[in-house]
Amino acid sequence: MVGFLDAITLQAGYNAALVTVGATLLGFAAGMAGTFLFLRKRALVSDAMAHATLPGIALAFLVMVAFGGDGRNLAGLLLGAAASALVGLALVDWIVRRTRLAEDAAIGAVLSVFFGFGVVLLTVIQSLERGRQAGLEDVLLGATAGMLMQDALLIAVGGAVVVALIVLLRRPMTLVAFDPGHAAALGVPVGRVDMAMMGLVMAITVIGLSLVGLILIIALLIIPPVTARFWTDRVAPMLLIAGAVGGAAGYMGAALSASIPDLPTGPMIVLIAAGLFTVSLLFAPRRGVLAAILARRRFQARVHWRQGLLSLARAEPIHDPLTLRILRAAGAIRPDGVATDKGRALAAKSLRDERRWEIARAIHQDTALTGRYDGLTPIEDVFTPDQIADLDTRIGPPQPVGGM
Amino acid sequence: MPDMLRLASHDGALLGAQPTPADAALAVRGMTVSYGQKPALFSVDATFPSGVMSAIIGPNGAGKSTFLKAALGLIPMVSGEVRFFGLPLAQARSRIAYVPQRASVDWDFPTTVIDVVLMGRYRRLGLLRRVGRADLALAQEALARVGMEGFAHRQIGQLSGGQQQRVFLARALAQQGDLYLLDEPFAGVDAATEAAIIEVLKALKAAGKTVIAVHHDLSTVADYFDHVFLVNVRAMAQGPVASAFTTAALSQTYGGRLGAGQLDQLHPAKG
Repeated sequence: MVGFLDAITLQAGYNAALVTVGATLLGFAAGMAGTFLFLRKRALVSDAMAHATLPGIALAFLVMVAFGGDGRNLAGLLLGAAASALVGLALVDWIVRRTRLAEDAAIGAVLSVFFGFGVVLLTVIQSLERGRQAGLEDVLLGATAGMLMQDALLIAVGGAVVVALIVLLRRPMTLVAFDPGHAAALGVPVGRVDMAMMGLVMAITVIGLSLVGLILIIALLIIPPVTARFWTDRVAPMLLIAGAVGGAAGYMGAALSASIPDLPTGPMIVLIAAGLFTVSLLFAPRRGVLAAILARRRFQARVHWRQGLLSLARAEPIHDPLTLRILRAAGAIRPDGVATDKGRALAAKSLRDERRWEIARAIHQDTALTGRYDGLTPIEDVFTPDQIADLDTRIGPPQPVGGM
Repeated sequence: MPDMLRLASHDGALLGAQPTPADAALAVRGMTVSYGQKPALFSVDATFPSGVMSAIIGPNGAGKSTFLKAALGLIPMVSGEVRFFGLPLAQARSRIAYVPQRASVDWDFPTTVIDVVLMGRYRRLGLLRRVGRADLALAQEALARVGMEGFAHRQIGQLSGGQQQRVFLARALAQQGDLYLLDEPFAGVDAATEAAIIEVLKALKAAGKTVIAVHHDLSTVADYFDHVFLVNVRAMAQGPVASAFTTAALSQTYGGRLGAGQLDQLHPAKG
């Protein structure tokens, strides 16, 4: 049993350190590659692709054994994985273009057929004399126990190349993801940009096979960008945040699995990523669930506040308990419901602002300005003091607020 | 003026069609586009003069948007030839700015108004060059021209329909093209936005640029446009508004879909 502190400071042994560094780099690259996949709304295509690697891996093993080589040669297995992923991807693309089937149906068909075929091949391999020790089923969920320096190097180099290509292609990929029609009219080769994007995702899938396995790689591609989306409204920061989330999940997940015996690395990485996603979903400013509830509450309070003030100004009775509570809390009315001096002044101002808005909407036909009239935005936020003074001269002198 | 009224006969050939002038902003010959087995456009010939505002008019499903997309190479043609300023698309691309339908994109995409407008500069920026001060100034100026200067850093999801359309137009302006192709620029926008857009388009025309817009509101055609192209799968009529936007051409284009009373209300030029 190795301590978590040791694992997280890379002091838990050579293999654990390799796995941790590899998982961090893979997570970072996967998060960035997944961002454009998510923005292009093709997240599930990568799932089909990942599952389609399985028959390729099995076939590559069989071919290498048939030619008298070592069936477990990593480069050979990854080459097979890439080749059959490519076939699966092309098949999804072909079905969508040549038939009336939608992409989700094509993905479902390709994913299950390829995966089923792969499992059959794995069963065949295990029945062979030489296949029994192959441990090919590790590609399903990943295995890190036997990770070598060259595996970590593969992830490091592959990840770095993927990240560099994403930085290079970020403009065309953004254009294509946002508005493919406009991008094509600009002369961006949309088909080739999409192909490059899927190629990057395929590279991540293949180099991530040995670490997290083909079933869970989709999580590393998709969870970081959807997590990042909660924190930003722009593509460039989203790329960085997604990379950071993926990297952090890889680091923490690998360290945790190294510190507790028999805890699998891939699933731990995914669970950590899911934890970051859940925290973002709940607590992110503006887009999070909690922020949405608070914003709704604030909005409701402002509506009641304004209605209450206007009722005070017009000397109408107020019955709504929430309105009364808000007015009382702000010191606009006394506990018995009678307006205070402060309340009267605020009421007069809100009535005056209503009139100002009326005039403003008559003058400024352009909705870019008056479109911001929602009855709640203070008029001072929209118009300059000079403009407001101009509005006031059109209203005339202030009217006394009567009858309280 | 029967010589100016080019009505299409039903085999798609144009009566009195003149040879395609090389200086036309857009000239299309024999454009046929099909979705599956059904032709969306059949053997369409059309010429749009440069330096004026042209409208593409026709009923729903007539192939108006398809015409623009096929001309821009966004969807494949079964047959046909397209020339921009007498050149094939690839050589004229930098002079063309396209404004797609607003509904064609996801407005929850993580980007700001200024970033969308800067997308109009990407062709010139290429892969690596940084967005320069000149590009930013151009984008800001484009926003100012559509009355959106205060919205540069707004997330695009917060915009109204009319504001979204203005941002799309600003992106096209930032491209500094000579030909502006707009797909239903007035669909679902408020009256103020429509007025603002038309003002920008008229200013473009005054600066010698060419505007071609898919348009659906027959009542404003005569006010906004100089040249019309009536299409319903086949080219039905084209020419200056005064001579081609006629009751006869409209009823032929729309078939029974416009009542005689509706046609009278439009006050098109008498043919």
